[in-house]
Amino acid sequence: MKYEIWDDHTHLVEKLGATPEEQIGKILKFADRVGISRLVLFMGTFEGTYNLSPEQLRRANDLILRAIKPYPDRVFGYVYLNPKHTQASLDEMNRCIRDGPMVGVKLLVAEYCNKPTLDPIIQRAAELKAPVLQHTWIKITGNLPDESTPMQLAELAARHPQAALICAHSGGDWEMGLRAIRPHPNVYADLCGGDPTSGYTEMAVREIGAERCLYGSDIGARSFSSQLSKVLGADIPESAKRLILGENLKRLLKPILETKGVKL
Amino acid sequence: MDRREFLKASLAATAAGVAGLGIPVAAPASETGPGALVDVNVNLGRWPLRRLRFDDTAGLAAMLRSQGVTRAWAGSFECLLHKDMAAANARLAADCRREGTGLLLPFGSVNPMLPEWEEDFRRCVEEHRMPGLRLHPNYHGYTLHDPVFTRLLGMAAKKGLVVELALIMEDERMMHPLLRVPPTDPAPLAGVVKRIPGLKLVIVNGLRTLRDKALAEVVSAGDVSVEIGMLDALNGVGDLVAALPEGRVLFGSYAPLFYFESAALKLQESPLADAQLRAVRYESAKRLLPAFA
Repeated sequence: MKYEIWDDHTHLVEKLGATPEEQIGKILKFADRVGISRLVLFMGTFEGTYNLSPEQLRRANDLILRAIKPYPDRVFGYVYLNPKHTQASLDEMNRCIRDGPMVGVKLLVAEYCNKPTLDPIIQRAAELKAPVLQHTWIKITGNLPDESTPMQLAELAARHPQAALICAHSGGDWEMGLRAIRPHPNVYADLCGGDPTSGYTEMAVREIGAERCLYGSDIGARSFSSQLSKVLGADIPESAKRLILGENLKRLLKPILETKGVKL
Repeated sequence: MDRREFLKASLAATAAGVAGLGIPVAAPASETGPGALVDVNVNLGRWPLRRLRFDDTAGLAAMLRSQGVTRAWAGSFECLLHKDMAAANARLAADCRREGTGLLLPFGSVNPMLPEWEEDFRRCVEEHRMPGLRLHPNYHGYTLHDPVFTRLLGMAAKKGLVVELALIMEDERMMHPLLRVPPTDPAPLAGVVKRIPGLKLVIVNGLRTLRDKALAEVVSAGDVSVEIGMLDALNGVGDLVAALPEGRVLFGSYAPLFYFESAALKLQESPLADAQLRAVRYESAKRLLPAFA
């Protein structure tokens, strides 16, 4: 295998089975077909809302805990939080990361990410050596209420230079999003979630450097294949492809994975 | 050739250039053999909003050949916004001809909102000998309810043309603020198709707006196929092939706007039987255009 591929952004896929165990088992078979060795998994369920209650968050995270349990060295979980419930989120971080097997934080569309309510969560994540993956999008059709943009993530990054932040989807409109996160070396560009538009990865490497780019698939919404093509099809050096496909995420997660005893 | 040899040859051709995934380098593909690959969704010319790698015809053709493509149905990005469609179509035809190997088949466009558009149609058929057309209703300002759409399809059917209907060209959410083009509404399509005997229709970039029951209804309304350029779901091709009648799923990359590897890898991600893989790669396209197999 020429590349070691780590996928920084996956979800359970309901059509594959009734239980998280069944779904992840089948997901891994598809991952094998395209050479993906390790996956980051999060957000077990939406429950029809972006503003999950503490109880709903626990249910969503429990699904991920069940899915990752059989594969401690291959599938890594991020804890799904809602900054509108700051204390409950901190408690959930303790349950799932400090005292559990999870290794990062996922934030979706519950609160604009430049709000001060995020600060305790980001500080705690940095203490735990856990990266924070924040959904971002810039839609000309209009963002959802409380849906963050890369520009808002840049504000958060400036307040927390010690935290590792991942700009999910690079803002969708990557030509805008990559510019917004460019000045902040603690922000990584997650390349997944949008169309496999030619030029995306080339611009990311040119503007923020290959060391700050992460391959992800966003399966559940997308495919391994379309998103892999963004790296494999890009006109960038082989060394950059290796970084984006696996080495960067491995480097990012290594400190916390080592505390969990994960074999690398 | 046994199943093992076929799969080896076809996957190798698909994945040539998709380096690093443990797949052997492709052997030269023949046009109709197991290594054949027909890409029904490529475009020549320049995308209006961004320079693209391979937005020169020679470069695109070289890339397609390196990926194992043996035939590509080529539309033109110029046909989206240019009002001088005759010139755009003539350039498309000349570029395909100049490429020289027969790799590129020109699919010109007709905008039935333009005065005397029938002359553009005539030139596509009679002067450029195009085997098909690619229509862009949302960029040209008409709906599928419009009687002129039905008339145009009828004219194409009588001439034996394949009609490619592009429902979108890019994600509506990330369009340039000054060039926002809503997707074509496919709701009337099944009814229109039923009224046109002999129509051979391929829906291009359609699987984001046309799915599940609505897709099945359109495909079963006549000789309607879909291509996979914008299909994006885990095991997407496998699920699509299982859901539609045999031979209705075609390989399309949407190069050069999309990385070609996206479509190629979809064939690898989905576990397809060899007959299914053969159908998607070239047999279904060959059925639509047997003279250009």
